[in-house]
Formats: sequence, C-alpha cells, structure tokens
Amino acid sequence: MSVKSTAAGGPPAKGRGRTTRAAGAKRRGEEPELVQLLTPQGERVEHSGYSLDPTPDELRGLYRDMVLTRRFDAEAITLQRQGELGLWASLLGQEAAQIGSGRATRPADYIFPTYREHGVAWTRDVDPLNLLGMFRGVNNGGWDPAENHFHLYTIVIGSQTLHGTGYAMGLAKDGADAAVIAYFGDGASSQGDVAEAFTFAAVYNAPVVFFCQNNQWAISEPTEKQSRVPIYQRAAGFGFPGVRVDGNDVLAVLAVTRAALEHARSGQGPMLVEAFTYRMGAHTTTDDPTRYRSDEEREEWASKDPIARLRTYLDKEGLADEDFHAELAAESDALAKRVRDGVRAMPDPGPMAMFDHVYADGHALVDEERAQFAAYQASFADSADSAEGSGASRTPAAAHGKGH
Amino acid sequence: MTQTATQATQAARSSGATTSMPIAKALNESLRKALENDPKVLIMGEDVGRLGGVFRITDGLYKDFGEDRVIDTPLAESGIVGTAVGLALRGYRPVVEIQFDGFVFPAYDQIVTQLAKMHARALGKVRMPVVVRIPYGGGIGAVEHHSESPEALFAHVAGLKVVSPSNANDAYWMLQQAIECDDPVIFFEPKRRYWDKGEVAVDAVPTGLHQAVVAQPGTDLTLVAYGPMVKVCLEAAAAAANEGRSLEVVDLRSLSPIDFDTVQASVEKTGRLVVVHEAPVFYGAGAEIAARITERSFYHLEAPVLRVGGFHSPYPPARLEEEYLPGLDRVLDAVDRSLAF
Ligand SMILES: Cc1ncc(C[n+]2csc(CCOP(=O)(O)OP(=O)(O)O)c2C)c(N)n1
Ligand SMILES: [Mg+2]
Repeated sequence: MSVKSTAAGGPPAKGRGRTTRAAGAKRRGEEPELVQLLTPQGERVEHSGYSLDPTPDELRGLYRDMVLTRRFDAEAITLQRQGELGLWASLLGQEAAQIGSGRATRPADYIFPTYREHGVAWTRDVDPLNLLGMFRGVNNGGWDPAENHFHLYTIVIGSQTLHGTGYAMGLAKDGADAAVIAYFGDGASSQGDVAEAFTFAAVYNAPVVFFCQNNQWAISEPTEKQSRVPIYQRAAGFGFPGVRVDGNDVLAVLAVTRAALEHARSGQGPMLVEAFTYRMGAHTTTDDPTRYRSDEEREEWASKDPIARLRTYLDKEGLADEDFHAELAAESDALAKRVRDGVRAMPDPGPMAMFDHVYADGHALVDEERAQFAAYQASFADSADSAEGSGASRTPAAAHGKGH
Repeated sequence: MTQTATQATQAARSSGATTSMPIAKALNESLRKALENDPKVLIMGEDVGRLGGVFRITDGLYKDFGEDRVIDTPLAESGIVGTAVGLALRGYRPVVEIQFDGFVFPAYDQIVTQLAKMHARALGKVRMPVVVRIPYGGGIGAVEHHSESPEALFAHVAGLKVVSPSNANDAYWMLQQAIECDDPVIFFEPKRRYWDKGEVAVDAVPTGLHQAVVAQPGTDLTLVAYGPMVKVCLEAAAAAANEGRSLEVVDLRSLSPIDFDTVQASVEKTGRLVVVHEAPVFYGAGAEIAARITERSFYHLEAPVLRVGGFHSPYPPARLEEEYLPGLDRVLDAVDRSLAF
C-alpha cells in the first residue's frame, strides 16, 4: 500500500486565507479532506489510498472495544466525582482514534502514550485498574511498561515523543521487526520536544509513527492557537509523510495506522498520522469547558460519534443482533463493577514507600532519611502508648535526644 | 465593566480601607492594576486568556484588556519565555504564567542561559523586566508534576530574583513590585493558599520586595519560612505558645536576594533557628540560610540550625503527600530538638 503525503492522497488544500496572524487564520469548513472509510451516517465508503476488508468478527470486536472503553471512562468519571479518584482525563469522543490505532499495533510494537490513552491501553491488555492508580494518587505510573509494550503515561506534554523516537532508534539498531507509535495532542504539537522528535526520527529514519489526536482543544485553546497549517502537513517539512484521518472512524484509523506502522517497520522511517477528532468531555474533571467553547460545536461533533456510526453500520448490515448487544451491555456492567470494586479496594501505599525505588543502586542520603523518618513515625507510637494517651500526634520530643 | 473588584479596590484606596480577598484574587487585582498602569505590561501563558488560567488568576483580564495584552500562547514553555525575552528587548514587560511548577522545565534553558544573563552580557545596556509566575508546592492532591517546589533551582542562578508571597497583601504588592522591577523575577505563588483570605491594604506603602518580615514575634526560637509554609509556622507558634514556648516566625518573602539582616537579628535574639520549606532539604534554601547564619551569628547560636523540608525522593503520589509535606508536627519536632540541645 502506498502512503501518500497528504490527506486523501491529494495535494494540500491551496489558497487558504493567509493573514499575518496565526490566530483565526483557519476557518472551519476549509479543512482538507480526511481519509474516511465509514461516514458519520454509517455508510461504508472507499478510499483510493487506504482500504480495509474487516471480517464481521473484527467489526464486532472494534465495536466492543469502543463500547467497553467508553464505559470504563464513564465509570472513572463517576469514581472521581465520588472522591475515589483525584482526577480523571476522559477520552470520550476519541474511542475510534484510540481503538483503531491500538488495534493496528502488533505485540512486538511499542506504545508511548500521553495521559489520555485509556483506549489504546485496553487494546494492549493493560489492566484498566493499573491506569487508575495514578489518578487515584497511589502511584506515579505504577505498571511495568515492558509487560504490554505500553509505556507509562506521560504528563509533561510532548516528552514521550522523544522517548518513542529513541526506542525506535533502538529497534532499528537491533533489526527488530517492530515499530513504535508515539501519541500526542494538538497542543503538544507546539512543544519543542515534539519538533525535536520529528527531527531525530527523520535523521535516523527511525521506525516510529507519530500519532496526533487532534481533538481540537488543548484545555481552553483551540488548535488555531497552535498551528496555522493542518498538523499532518508539518511532517513534510521534516521529510516524512503525514496524513489526516477521520479520527472518529475506527475503520479508517485502523487502516491508516496499519499502513503507517508497516511503513515504519519496513524501513521507510517515520510517519505522522493526524486523527481529526473531538474531546467531547472536559479537559479533565477539574476543567469547565463552558468557559471557552460553545454547545453547538459539541453538538456538531456529537453527530459524528464514533460508536454510533459503527453501530448503525453493524445493525444495517445485520452483523450484530439483539443477543450481541445484550451480551455487550452485560459485559460493560461487569467491567464497570470490576473497576468500581477494584478502585475502592486499592490500598494506599504505606508512608515508607516514599523512599522506595528512588535509585536502582541505592543512595546513602535516602537510606538516612528513611531511617530518620521511620524513627520519627515510631515516636508517635511511643507517645500514644504513654500516659497521656490523648491520641494527639504532638509529643514526639522525647524520642529525639540531643546530638541526634 | 460594571461594579468590579477594581472599583471596590479604588474605593478602598480613596478611603484608606483594606479589602479582604483570597490570594488568588489579590494576584488578579494586582495584574489588573499593572495592566492599567503600564501599557507595556503583557500577560502571556497557556490558557490565561478566555479561561482566565487554570487557577483563574487572570480571570476577566482577557475580556477587559483584549488578546493583544492577555495572550493565550501555544503550548510551549520554552517558546513563552524565549519570546518574553524578545518582547522585553523591544520594551515590553511580559508577565509570564507557567501553568504548574513541574512545567517550567521546558523553559529552564531560556530562563537560565538567556533571561538571567542578558543584562550582564550586554554590560547593563539591556534590561529584562520579565516576571515568571509559577504556582508551586503541594497539598492540593494533584497528579505528579503539579506539586513541585523548585525554587532553589532558580535561586541558584545569578541574574534572577526569586520571591514568594505568603498572604494576600504580599501577593498584591509583591507582584506589582516584581513587574516594576527591571530584573527578571521568578514569582512563586503558594498554590494551596490561593483561596486563603487576607486583608489587602491598597493604600499602604508596601514593604520592600526583598525584605523579610517578622510575622510573629517571639523570644525562644526563630522559625524561618516563606510561601505556603508560613501558615504552618504560625500555627506551630500558636501550638508552642500553649506549651509556654515563644516562637518567632520570620516570613522570608524573598529567596534571592535573602534579607539575612532580619534573620540574623531574630536569631541573635532567640539563639535558635529552624528553617522550614516544602522543597527538599538537600541543597535547599535552608542549607544556604543555615550556612550564612552560622557564619554571621555563630556565638549567638545555642543549637545547630535545623531544617525541616522535603525528602530526597520524588514528590510522592497524592495519597502520601500529607506524610511527605512538613506539617505542624514535623515543625514542632524540630523545635523540640533545637530546644533540647
Ligand atoms: C510541559 C507541560 N506544560 C503544560 C502542561 C499542562 N497541560 C496539561 S494537558 C494540557 C493541554 C494538552 O493539550 P493537547 O496536547 O491537545 O492534549 P489533550 O489534552 O487535548 O489530549 C496542558 C497545557 C503539561 N502537562 N505539560
Ligand atoms: Mg488536544
């Protein structure tokens, strides 16, 4: 399959209004064409550059992935509202971008996510409970990246694109039949790290797919504040292909990402995929999008919902019957319950965990501070046992002699 | 504008009254005043415009001063500070917001290698009146990179001034002073105190930007703190008073320069010093203060200078931060150890 350097295989849209200001340079409705295989109305369409011939099982599988991911996400929001999580970054609306791209990977490929890739994690069999530890506040990552070839979530915007590039450079050195996919957002596209990742990947012909979920917003800032060209067009300047795909079309995302990963694996170097999608929810549970965006915009995107369009197609083609939907509903409920119970049962780490894993080879100061803190903690136990017995924490003095 | 807080503030100014407001609002009012007073003042940062910043410190400013002065920037901290340097060269006075402490590091190169040194490199011919506002510190139950206390990393750099208010009045005045300052100022805002209210005296002659103040007089021991830990130290002093101990609390306010004279005077009165900060103790501000005060006041000290602060470990996940952050007990423990010496 040939990989074209522009969306829809055509030349970049010409004659777009140029003003001296970046902001507002882009007008809606002037977007270049997207690669699309399933319309928002649930119609299958062909594309000259990308094709997909999924079996009914595969189609149902993609649908199931998206439904379960959405349910997991909704449950996490609820758990945050109930105080079980400190924060949650919802992927609502981005299920197709994540499931389609995640399902395009092979086990040997390696994923570098942001903090929102819950759907991609799902496709890599990462236990959803693992994703919640960091949002609950019991760890700062907490899983072994090597287990599912799914790296830790990265909060510092853009950093992981460099890590993914370096990992891909390693894959190339080793002659591995694998590629990296590094996720980032429209906002992240402004970061120096991301530009540097593009440079390194290009110069070293690293087998990495840069997967940008352009969900139209970086917290309160629209994509126009980040770029005056469509993001996928940035790739051209670095010397590798870029393509824009309908990020709410799971089939197109799967086809395009498969092709991009194959491009990388086969030694042709990096590729940029821009999945054009929408963040339907708030940036995170602390955000209030009513302060900066309109309901109409959200409504417009709601009509392009990734799950609804696949359901329309499945039902119309007779590929999913009542039993399938009923089973999936039951499975969703079971997943939600498992997540709920699992989070509630998730223990807080003990305070001494603060001193764990600071260094691989140990460090004298950490050892010293650990011992001091243990003694300090123990001094409260002493005083609680002592005559006062007030339970008040304030009397550790006796535990500390002169000349500590 | 209808009846805004500015008008309320102006009313207070003319009547010589004070206004009670949270630190966040005091910072907001301070920025508003700076924008009103000097057309060269610009506000730049991620989400500072329409949203008013994730902590709403710039709330309403975009609406009232427009997008040319309250600028939603691309998501690139190095870019924000680097362009602020250029704007300063052109005569502007950029006030930059870094969204959270942990996200200043992409800008660290621009701050350390460019912003800090430009004045010296130009032999004084150029000035860098740039303020970098950083909400810092823990205690808000956040995910990682949102609770850091990196002030020592900036105080270590010649050419930068580093300050941190602990209360609403200082927030209001120190930010104005930082903006008026012709040197780059890294302005650390104690984010877990943003909602703490205090009286703001908009008429009063403000204390100097780099002057420490005695927040609570006492005779037995000196507690030195700044930013979010001042409140903890005042609570510690109150608790100690119940036990018949008189602690003096010095609010440092400025970390570069440090007003050592005020600290020295206090220590020479009490004979004992405990320095408290959230930042890790190792190579922290407390180390510098301990060393200087030991040099200045060696024969007045009745105990070694003790430090209370963070550990040499990454800031822990939220469910452990209460254990990690130095609270009342850890401060009083150090007080006990000092007094037992
Ligand atoms: C270096 C850095 N600066 C700022 C932030 C704060 N922040 C968190 S998410 C975000 C917006 C990210 O937007 P985008 O890249 O489009 O990803 P999205 O959240 O839309 O998935 C910002 C500014 C951060 N995490 N890291
Ligand atoms: Mg985005």
